[in-house]
Amino acid sequence: MKAKIIITPKKAVVDPQGKTVQSALEQMGHKGIKAVHVGKYLEIELDAADKEAARQSLDEAAHRFLSNPVIEDYRLEIE
Amino acid sequence: MNFAVLQFPASNCDQDCVHAVRVLGHSANLLWHKETSLGNADAVIIPGGFSYGDYLRTGAIARFSPVMQAVQKFADNGGLVLGVCNGFQILCEAGLLPGALIRNRDLQFHCEQVFLKTGNFETPFTNKIPHDKILKIPIAHGEGCYFADEETLAKLKANNQILWQYCDARGNLTDTANPNGSLLNIAGICNERRNVAGLMPHPDRASEEILGSADGRFVFESIFAALKSKIVAQAA
Repeated sequence: MKAKIIITPKKAVVDPQGKTVQSALEQMGHKGIKAVHVGKYLEIELDAADKEAARQSLDEAAHRFLSNPVIEDYRLEIE
Repeated sequence: MNFAVLQFPASNCDQDCVHAVRVLGHSANLLWHKETSLGNADAVIIPGGFSYGDYLRTGAIARFSPVMQAVQKFADNGGLVLGVCNGFQILCEAGLLPGALIRNRDLQFHCEQVFLKTGNFETPFTNKIPHDKILKIPIAHGEGCYFADEETLAKLKANNQILWQYCDARGNLTDTANPNGSLLNIAGICNERRNVAGLMPHPDRASEEILGSADGRFVFESIFAALKSKIVAQAA
């Protein structure tokens, strides 16, 4: 089983990395870019007989540890 | 007074904190992060550094170290805890202080002297700071920008929990004086109960004149005084 967790900065948080990347893209000639947000991507490979139990467990880990709810949002996908 | 200075893998200001306490006349010992007891510590210092390489997020892994459970209990019972730099980050991740520290707004690592204005002189961490004194203390961080949502910031202001703010030499809270983009120029805060505090600047690196400033000693002197008055109160 593989879990994919995408972590992004909350909208209210200033994202200087995102702005810097956007600026660089524009300087390279890319047009029409409205915003860039730089986040994190984690892949977790695990053995689990119960997919739903695994999802709940990973969701808890994502909320408690893998992301910081004060400054980040996350999305969890399990395949 | 006896201070426990925590040591995580890649803490690097632990020795500075121990030295600062000792040079000011009290005792300090290093406490490895795997320990589950604080021993006979009267106060806890969480030092600066790059615990766990700042992997995932600064302080994110250190907050789950075994010793942090003892620190949580100690704080719940009113014990004094001071987090410096990475220590501040760890306290925020652990939920012992509100908000979070994120990447400096200019994406640069800042290693320089800053000026701090003290916002509340009635805490265990600020009671010995002269009221007209602007503290000169060094910072050394890449992720020191303090962030909290509007509601939390309002609460911090209303409860006088903002202990230190970045200012210019004359005490003005300007944007230029803010090295990292921290909201409200916040350099350090305390919890509602005032027994846990965190700050990004390093009072441990400003404990003796030879270091360029000895203003950091006021923070330690404040803690010594608070501990002494607690003991006096208990004896009464």
